[in-house]
Amino acid sequence: MVPYLFMGFGALLVATALMVVLHRNPVTSALFLVLSFCSLAGIYLLLQAEFLGFVQIIVYAGAIMVLFLFVIMYLNLPHDVEHGAHIALRRGIGWMVGALLLLFSLLLARRGWSPGPEAALLPGAEHGNAGAIGRALYSRYLFPFEITSMLLLVAMVGAIVLTKTRRPAGEERP
Amino acid sequence: MTALWSNAIFQVALWATVKVAIILGVLLGVVTYLIFAERKICGHMQARTGPNRVGPLGLLQTPLDVVKLLFKEEFIPAQANKVVFHIAPVLAVFPAIVTFSVIPLGPPPMFVVTDVNVGLLVFLAMSSLGVYAITLAGWSSNNKYALLGGLRSAAQMISYELALGLSTIPVILRAGTLSLVGIVDSQAGTYLIPGTKLALPSWGILHWYLVLPFVIFLVCSFAETNRAPFDLPEAEGELVAGFHTEYSSMKWAMFFLGEYFNMIVICSIMITLFFGGWHGPFMDVLGPVFGPLLGLGWFLLKLGVFLFFFIWVRWTFPRLRYDQLMNFGWKVLLPAAIANVLIAAVWLYWRANA
Amino acid sequence: MIPIGWTLTLSAVLFCIGVAGVLVRRNALVIFMSIELMLNAANLAFVAFAHQMRSLDGQIFVFFVMTVAAAEVAVGLAIIVNVFRLRETVFVDEINLLKG
Repeated sequence: MVPYLFMGFGALLVATALMVVLHRNPVTSALFLVLSFCSLAGIYLLLQAEFLGFVQIIVYAGAIMVLFLFVIMYLNLPHDVEHGAHIALRRGIGWMVGALLLLFSLLLARRGWSPGPEAALLPGAEHGNAGAIGRALYSRYLFPFEITSMLLLVAMVGAIVLTKTRRPAGEERP
Repeated sequence: MTALWSNAIFQVALWATVKVAIILGVLLGVVTYLIFAERKICGHMQARTGPNRVGPLGLLQTPLDVVKLLFKEEFIPAQANKVVFHIAPVLAVFPAIVTFSVIPLGPPPMFVVTDVNVGLLVFLAMSSLGVYAITLAGWSSNNKYALLGGLRSAAQMISYELALGLSTIPVILRAGTLSLVGIVDSQAGTYLIPGTKLALPSWGILHWYLVLPFVIFLVCSFAETNRAPFDLPEAEGELVAGFHTEYSSMKWAMFFLGEYFNMIVICSIMITLFFGGWHGPFMDVLGPVFGPLLGLGWFLLKLGVFLFFFIWVRWTFPRLRYDQLMNFGWKVLLPAAIANVLIAAVWLYWRANA
Repeated sequence: MIPIGWTLTLSAVLFCIGVAGVLVRRNALVIFMSIELMLNAANLAFVAFAHQMRSLDGQIFVFFVMTVAAAEVAVGLAIIVNVFRLRETVFVDEINLLKG
């Protein structure tokens, strides 16, 4: 059952990821990206990472992609017009580099690495791994956690400062 | 064939399918009469009778409205993005239905479709997907009123989702689990008020540190379901009909259905988190067969009270202005929710170590 | 039980689609989406190894990557909006002046 589900989610993931790159309309690309994030969340669930699976949907599908859509709609972008020699060249080079990279990574994977011994169960699997992740975050990974929160704060302030329209001094706010 | 029937996975899947089918069927019926109830209640609040012509007491009004909607002409704007235009109404209904699979409607295992150990995250994830329906409907209609409604809703729902998520954290801290079944279990029984002999049900709302989260959750749930006083995405006075201006026939009905599904879902979650879920008195008296049924009854009773409250609020309060809405969300609800997380955490830690 | 080879292959394919997307497209927003694809490919590999090694550390790294991605998207989109206000385009090959 699980391998079939994995294959299904994997096929959906690859197909939607390709559509993100191939589709001309940025909104459609963004929607396909949402779908691929959701299928990735499905794969996380199959890999016993249920906390991450739903956080993936909340963070990526619920926040990041909505922001993307918001910006695309705000800028009111039309379909991308892409023709001409340099575009064709770029496309050729891009797909070739992608294919070479894939070939290279698959060759690396064929070197017969042994996966190592398997332990019995993920820690905290019986109560769901949200508690176990929380415990690790607030003990071993406390410092990175705090740093990340600072990063988020800086990013928030930065985004607000960047997008603020500057008005000349003395002008009333509408 | 017998091997298939005794297969554990098959049995789980079969039972889940049966339960989902029952819930879906019941929900569709409930929504029809919820709309009827809303029209009746609002009628009485405005000193009129509400629908009373079709069938006895007007009870056939909404089923026949559904039939009317089914046969109405469907109009799609010429410049609309056809595919997205068709997908958006489906997205309005789908997240709400998915959330139902984790809500404990009664004592497990009978009245729970599935007990996911991250049940609350399922609810949060699905409510965050709800933004897409409205945003995409607004964008794909190629209508400036619809687009404004869609963008407003995206901003509104993202803003209020933060406070909504934060207000559930004290509940999680108290229950120590994200599973909704576990959260309901943590509210079983009674507790004595310190210093008195008065026993209270140990529902979330009856603990002092969960009162403010409940209020925040309630306010945010109005915003999440896009109902008055937060129905800016479809503010009919300024935006024609907001994001569903260009929708007609059954597609429009899907948005309506989604709104009412969302209302039922968010009320159920509120009951599960703060009002003890299916817990109520006299359940252990009735024995193993009728006790769980009474549990389901208590849940439905609480649900009815909350749905009435939602309708009551809609027909009582005027709509907020957009800047008031944003200020309230970001400058009042969010800091209050964060402060409450801190207070609840310190209190629970102190009580556990006292 | 899913063999780790499958997951890693999927992760590699996803990463390469992301790389190709960055190189092929010239719309800054789509390039940004392709970068998100690559980040997610790395996340998938982390989760796969966490599953294989029965350790939560990989999942915690994914958690951090998601947070960083959220911060990155907020700032990146703000930059793209600013560029669009100045140059009226989001195509990266038309944004070729160092001074605005």
